[in-house]
Amino acid sequence: MEKIIINANINPKLKKFLLWFVRLFGVGRLKKYSWSIIRAGLIIGISFIIIYPILVKVSSSFKSEADLYDSTVIWIPRQLNLENFTLVFDQMRYLSSLWNSIKLSFMATALQLVSCTLVGYGLARFKFWGRSIVFSLVIFTLLVPPQTIMVPLYMHFRFFDLFGIIEAITGSRGVNLMNTYWPFALTAMTCMGIKNGLYIYMIRQYFRGMPKELEEAALVDGAGVFKTFYQVMLPSAVPTLVAVILFSFVWQWNDTFYSSLFWTSTKGLPGALSSLMDNVRELYEQTGRPYNDFTSSMLNNTGSLMVIAPLIILYAFAQRYFVESIERSGLVG
Amino acid sequence: MKRPHLTLEQKKAIPGYYFVLPFVIGFLLFFLYPITQSFIYSFSNFNLSPDGYTLTHVGWEHYKHAFFSHAKFNRILVGTVQDMVTDVPLILIFSFFAANLLNQKFRGRLVARAIFFLPVIMACGIILQMERGDFIQSLLRASGDTMGMGTSEQSSTVGSLMLLQSLFRTLPQQLAWLATYISDAVNKIYEIINASGVQMLIFLAGLQSISPSYFEAATIEGATGWESFWKITFPMISPLIILSTVYSIIDSFTVFDNRMMSILNDEFYLYHHYGLASAMVWVYFIVISVIIGLVIWIVNKGVFYQE
Repeated sequence: MEKIIINANINPKLKKFLLWFVRLFGVGRLKKYSWSIIRAGLIIGISFIIIYPILVKVSSSFKSEADLYDSTVIWIPRQLNLENFTLVFDQMRYLSSLWNSIKLSFMATALQLVSCTLVGYGLARFKFWGRSIVFSLVIFTLLVPPQTIMVPLYMHFRFFDLFGIIEAITGSRGVNLMNTYWPFALTAMTCMGIKNGLYIYMIRQYFRGMPKELEEAALVDGAGVFKTFYQVMLPSAVPTLVAVILFSFVWQWNDTFYSSLFWTSTKGLPGALSSLMDNVRELYEQTGRPYNDFTSSMLNNTGSLMVIAPLIILYAFAQRYFVESIERSGLVG
Repeated sequence: MKRPHLTLEQKKAIPGYYFVLPFVIGFLLFFLYPITQSFIYSFSNFNLSPDGYTLTHVGWEHYKHAFFSHAKFNRILVGTVQDMVTDVPLILIFSFFAANLLNQKFRGRLVARAIFFLPVIMACGIILQMERGDFIQSLLRASGDTMGMGTSEQSSTVGSLMLLQSLFRTLPQQLAWLATYISDAVNKIYEIINASGVQMLIFLAGLQSISPSYFEAATIEGATGWESFWKITFPMISPLIILSTVYSIIDSFTVFDNRMMSILNDEFYLYHHYGLASAMVWVYFIVISVIIGLVIWIVNKGVFYQE
């Protein structure tokens, strides 16, 4: 390195500085520092791009309409204004939507967790005939776009019936399960919820890596199959399960596909948010307030913020487990 | 009655059936049944009545309509595939790169990881849907030289294109597409970051699972970081490349703001052409399967399996 600098045809002052720099830090250190700086730059840059939309949401949710047209206001509004929040709160029927979403997400997450853990464990630890077929079917469910089964699934739950039993008893064509929790509960119980194949895959990969001796030791100590499962194997799988819980909770929370399919009049937060603009426009037209893209965007941002706020709080608490759990999660076999 | 004699192995296998039972039931009831139904719908006219629905068989009518009479179907099908082909490599490269960054030891690594995985939470479903149509976000990006990032779409395209053109001037004409591709990638960086959360997770978990002793041995033998990356990290992680590729392809095909999804939703929710919508979905599904099959076949050749 020093030779290169001495031989280089550059300004003598710069050459002196470079030599001093190299001698002070050493070539290895220099390399390390320059990489650290580049890395820090990259990480800060990417983090900024990720956080940017949240900043926009927070900033625009506190703005008032006057701030929108004030060219001196870019990020921080002139005064604290909570009117957006109260308006959105009313128009989304926030509390009831929130409560619906909480019930739905907790129920679906719990059921999916139980069913996917059972199936993942079964696929990992038992050598039964047809195991590879079942596993390839799990992967198959992941590959098929849910739109393929959208129409029949709707019909299935609109006129829900098991082998014609209900029709035989009541005489009408099945029961209408629209706007209830049943479609979500039934699909979650049977591993057919959102991306459940991925969870089964993660859990299977994790349990596949557990030593066989553990199982045998439990057997010798007199534990049955199910006792081995929930007392010996399950406790060590907690990090993987946390990752599954987070995924399934979040994806259920933000989901619009299934919730708009099964819930036409009942609304969770996503449903309330997507109809927010129509409600607001109507309200503005009735009261004669000017309504334009700026206002709608400001209120949309407020609404989005209120939908993700519970998730961000959850993530702040669970993030530690989540990030650590990836290291031990069964994503890799 | 004498029970059939089972070996110990077979006896031990029986509980396995209980464990996978939920999935088997779900698969039969909520997957196999709907998917065959949808296949039947695609060959029928679908009439909804208050007490159910009736089907009348029409043969290949809907498929013919989708291909030959529908105004947009062909164009959008091709366009969706094109979008996938351009986006997926970018997503894979970015997520692999980011996972490598996050795998290194530096101060604030936990914070960086927490932020990098935020898109898994934020950039899905309704939130993404709202963001795409948002006016202030696009406006801020347009005027937003405030923080030195996000210039308006046209001017930044022009700017980065000009920069790239000067960079690539020495390259032969045949490589011009590369310049366009890279400048598009720069413009789409936000979408790419948003779409790579899960892939990043997959790669990071893979990187964590490589035993450090390999790297130690390589360092003792005198391998540089560059060499051990290509000779150890890359082969060890290559099985995960299939997983991430397939995940990205499916994700890009089924994401809501994909144009194909929007015409499917129109046919379904707006016009209630269930038969036609099913036929379109089947064509789409077959295209996806063929592409995924091809990709797996190609990538599989270059993959290194430890077993």
